[in-house]
Amino acid sequence: MNRFAELLDRLVLTPSRNGKLTMMTDYFRTVEDPDRGLALAALTGDLSIAAVKPAMLRMLITERMDPVLFGYSYDYVGDLAETVSLVWPEPDAHLTANSQPTLADVVGALQSASRSDGPKVLVRLLDRADISARYAIIKLVTGGLRIGVSARLAKQALANLGAVDVTEIEELWHGLTPPYTELFAWLEGKTERPEKTAKALFRPVMLSNPVGDGDLEKLDPADYAAEWKWDGIRVQAVCEGGVRRLYSRTGDDISPAFPDLVEAMVFDGALDGELLVGDPVHETGTFSDLQQRLNRKTVTPKMQQSHPVFVRCYDLLQDGTEDLRALPFIERRVRLEAFVAKLDPTRFDLSPLAPFADWAALEDMRRNPPHPVIEGVMLKRRDSPYLAGRPKGPWFKWKRDPFTVDAVLMYAQRGHGKRSSFYSDYTFGVWSGPEGGEELVPVGKAYFGFTDEELRQIDKYVRDNTIERFGPVRSVRADRKQGLVLEVAFEGLNRSTRHKSGVAMRFPRISRLRWDKPTAEADRIETLQALLD
Amino acid sequence: MRARDLLHTRPEGLYCPPGDFYIDPVRPVASALITHGHSDHARSGHRSVLATRETLEIMALRYGADFAGTTQAARLGETIDVNGVAVTFHPAGHVLGSAQICVEKDGMRIVASGDYKRRADSTCAPFVPIRCNVFITEATFGLPVFKHPPDSGEIARVLKSAEQFPERAHMIGAYALGKAQRVIKLLREAGYERTIFIHGALAKLCDYYESQGIALGDLQPATVDSGAKTDFAGAIVVGPPSAFADRWARRFPDPVSSFASGWMRIRQRAKQRGVELPLIISDHSDWDELTETITETGAGEVWVTHGREEALVRWCELNGIAASPLHLVGYEDEGD
Repeated sequence: MNRFAELLDRLVLTPSRNGKLTMMTDYFRTVEDPDRGLALAALTGDLSIAAVKPAMLRMLITERMDPVLFGYSYDYVGDLAETVSLVWPEPDAHLTANSQPTLADVVGALQSASRSDGPKVLVRLLDRADISARYAIIKLVTGGLRIGVSARLAKQALANLGAVDVTEIEELWHGLTPPYTELFAWLEGKTERPEKTAKALFRPVMLSNPVGDGDLEKLDPADYAAEWKWDGIRVQAVCEGGVRRLYSRTGDDISPAFPDLVEAMVFDGALDGELLVGDPVHETGTFSDLQQRLNRKTVTPKMQQSHPVFVRCYDLLQDGTEDLRALPFIERRVRLEAFVAKLDPTRFDLSPLAPFADWAALEDMRRNPPHPVIEGVMLKRRDSPYLAGRPKGPWFKWKRDPFTVDAVLMYAQRGHGKRSSFYSDYTFGVWSGPEGGEELVPVGKAYFGFTDEELRQIDKYVRDNTIERFGPVRSVRADRKQGLVLEVAFEGLNRSTRHKSGVAMRFPRISRLRWDKPTAEADRIETLQALLD
Repeated sequence: MRARDLLHTRPEGLYCPPGDFYIDPVRPVASALITHGHSDHARSGHRSVLATRETLEIMALRYGADFAGTTQAARLGETIDVNGVAVTFHPAGHVLGSAQICVEKDGMRIVASGDYKRRADSTCAPFVPIRCNVFITEATFGLPVFKHPPDSGEIARVLKSAEQFPERAHMIGAYALGKAQRVIKLLREAGYERTIFIHGALAKLCDYYESQGIALGDLQPATVDSGAKTDFAGAIVVGPPSAFADRWARRFPDPVSSFASGWMRIRQRAKQRGVELPLIISDHSDWDELTETITETGAGEVWVTHGREEALVRWCELNGIAASPLHLVGYEDEGD
């Protein structure tokens, strides 16, 4: 357990990707089975332990300390697992002295606990652990380590261990289970590569690069096909020999949250597309509609009724027993069209191609998309094979420009975790009211978009111009004469009954600090209201 | 006498109307009483300053001999009459020369503790709890999450790492007054006898500590004479934390960045600073020490200054002690 706890501690504090890889690879090389495999499963999110919900964890700790003091602590630290690991009552020395459990012991205890026993088992483990081990245990039971290591990075560490390509591991991955002894044996050269016995495995996804300055001038429009970039989430729907799986673009199996879609996955192949809410014919729902269906383990029938999902198909990777990925895009496209024509039209449709004459015409299409759920255009080289990863050149994304507004900084809140010493969350407002009686009305809140240096500048500005403090929030001088104007970029505007201003921004971020701009020249609420109509 | 008539806050700092003096004022005033030499508490430009001899000498080192109009040295435990107010300095255990200031008039006794810690530190006199009506406490680490582990374990991690990575320089960030000397002293106490390299900003204060009988062993400036990076391979280098983000740090081979501070208890804090080897060594009290100290003073009322006031105020409420935050401005959140 100590090695695993130490690994987590070091991973959190190691900024460089290579450093993290080295630590993981070293860990996998020097720790024995089954501990290393369980650690791997923990890192990739494949360790199934009856999860202790964060609410339960809070309950357990607030039975042991004042809830208000816990609240302050959590607010400061910003991470529930770390907070609880720090404030949990210290064990009696005789409990920790002679019994250091292995990771397998801890995982075994947690896995054999019934749902109702889970919290009791957790308490027993925590009562015997020191701060570092408590942190690791809590991370395990709450699921999602969130230590800056993606499943892909962990797989890369495995790839380094065995000097193989990471896509080999990704393709095998869903056929394997913890503690992955056969995988480690292969990577260490002791046995043959494990057979791909499992069905409906994930295929590594092909991603695009944003169009940069001057990129297009060098390219011939005739070499590229364009299609709309839909504002949902990228998925891969795979069916093979009766096994059906829906994967996120990073290879997470998200099928359980979408039984309505999986039921309609009656084909043999692998489709790449965009998951959207609504139905293909009548209505493509917005991303905020889709959000109702995301990040859930299961879904109610009611939610399936009110927010049905479908896939707008981009590509066909596998058709029956035939792997199409080496074919050029246009040939795959022909196969895709024939393939989708046979599927349930309420659950699958084609993402149409968007013909264009030249880059200027495409630019116009990008700026003025024909549908509100389009966030730009995709460019795909007609001859491009389907390649894993984000190769530079064959595919580009070209997003719509964001909306911007000049607003005045009104309140600043101390950040969480990494930013807990900075005022990093900003509430900003625009002017409303008659001339001579203008008042700022808050229209949104943003906590990114600025550089670290700009964060330091705003933080200093906030500290120097505070007029009132409410706990972690400071109210900042903001009137017609004095204040800081922020250019805020956002993706769209919704009507809101919850906000005084009547508007809610989607994806707001600080795009520029307008130190030069007098506050009186910031925008008025009418500017935003006009965007609603 | 009511407590607030004896001491209350003004924009300049904590003010005593009958004594007509300030404690640790953040702006120049006529009469200042100073708890310790850290720059957010000890500023230059006051007409008169009353502080311990060590604090006065440290201020002179930092600001020049003319840092104040006149100075008066306070001896620990000795009561001085300031315009009818009885003022006594008591050791605070924070850094060399640090003191709590006890002010008393007409049966009302208030202790302004400045910054303080409770655990053993062989570079300064240990904290003494003083019974009082009102105890003014700092709250730098005033949250239950702050639990400082024993210093010895932290120092052992540096020594182990220096053995593990003999080709890398170990760069320990430590504030120039107090922390740096304490870290060096702890290394010596753990048996580390090799030369320790220091940043130029520490030289004067290390010399001063030596002159006060605190032996720090062989210290050398971390300058590059021969120009070879390997000069510092396996070495321990101590410097102010800010220097490590500076070009100064480029002279060291593949440095392991370390930082000795109570803040290092929080992973994200260490991460934010790019610290790979966090050392939880603090010159402030941790949560348990803050609350134990409040209990030991027997104070019926607690005023909480700089730091995380709200949690300590809450703890006092839960324990039936009247408490309020002082909202003093100008003291560093980060100074540990």
